[in-house]
Amino acid sequence: MDASSAPASGQETFDAVVAADDKIEPRDWMPDGYRKTVIRQMAQHAHSEVIGMQPEANWITRAPTLLRKQILIAKVQDEAGHGLYLYSATETLGVSRDELQHLLHTGKQKYSSIFNYPTLSWADMGAIGWLVEGAAIVNQIVLQGTSYGPYSRAMVKICKEESFHARQGYSIMMALSQGSDEQRAMCQDSLDRWWWPALMMFGPHDADSAHTAESMDWKIKRKTNDELRQMFIDQTVPQAHYLGMTIPDPELAYDEETGHWNIGPIDWDEFWATVKGDGRLNRERITHKVKAWEEGKWVRDAATAYAAKHETKLDKSA
Amino acid sequence: MSYDVPVAPGDKPQDVQFGGATDHGFPLWEVFVRAKRGLSHTHVGSIHAPDSETAIQNARDGYTRRAEGVSVWVVPSMEIVASDDAESMFEPFEDKPYRHPTFYEIPEEVGQL
Repeated sequence: MDASSAPASGQETFDAVVAADDKIEPRDWMPDGYRKTVIRQMAQHAHSEVIGMQPEANWITRAPTLLRKQILIAKVQDEAGHGLYLYSATETLGVSRDELQHLLHTGKQKYSSIFNYPTLSWADMGAIGWLVEGAAIVNQIVLQGTSYGPYSRAMVKICKEESFHARQGYSIMMALSQGSDEQRAMCQDSLDRWWWPALMMFGPHDADSAHTAESMDWKIKRKTNDELRQMFIDQTVPQAHYLGMTIPDPELAYDEETGHWNIGPIDWDEFWATVKGDGRLNRERITHKVKAWEEGKWVRDAATAYAAKHETKLDKSA
Repeated sequence: MSYDVPVAPGDKPQDVQFGGATDHGFPLWEVFVRAKRGLSHTHVGSIHAPDSETAIQNARDGYTRRAEGVSVWVVPSMEIVASDDAESMFEPFEDKPYRHPTFYEIPEEVGQL
């Protein structure tokens, strides 16, 4: 056999697939670093969906109308579903869901720090849908093109559902912005508190982002943090203006030449403090998650016992 | 937003060790959904469940919240037998172009064929 017909090595096949914008699938050979990076990112993403249910669940019982309550319940249920798709995608790389949950419960893996901010008023349900989901959509639409097949497929499914989340949020903000002085003040206050954290969700500036270059080479990430942040700013500023609200940034200015909105400096000290666990709610979110898991144990035990009993019956009747 | 785990300047990315979980959870099932009558069931993902009945219920809640389907199948993931996806498995197709209709040139006058 001559060299030209020798089978391609795992690395060669992997490189060719990534270069051709094709997808890497679970049973393919992949570099160890790629596997680790994909697991790390998908786990963080899955944990974020699951912990992200808490700030909104906080307002289900106090929704202003029955319809808003139904909508909020449906949205929180979607987040659970999104967590499920992402855990399933992560499991294709040989990590069990219980393993991932254990890492979350013990603080060894994290979730997006946006969920460590409190939801103080009903308007926050609007701001989260509009800004937090809006930011998530910008990122997730681009992630549909990620090189890991199961991750990409999970993103396609999630993106179909996210647009409902953003629109119901903006609809809450529209209702408030057209309401009484008090309601308009609530709307503005919520925008004031969520604007900067939403921008920080895109992560550190490219120059300070440890993984960006490698993840871009592997096509796990398709756009950098700063590119995605700018896309979000450009789409969101006019939406705030439509509401008649003010973006809490005195330096915000439209650049006629580039066609982009330029923002003032981001307070990265606050970002790192929240990431490292000094956020007001870090401890509370995990404690609540662990409590829910422990309190559900009897249900899981009962389901397992029922399944075992049912199986024994089937065996006997066979 | 970025789902990258942020690493503070000067810090090293954390290398997570697996193997700490004590709970081994419910078995895994693959989910197939028929989008509408006339179409095949298509693989949409997987779910965990203790038995087939609960698996169907979880698959419905997880994958058909917006009328994505009219019928659901669940199959224990362990029961799926997969091919070895190496090139050799599918190679024979590459050098047999005569199996495709486009291999044959038919004069235009002949019409639809």
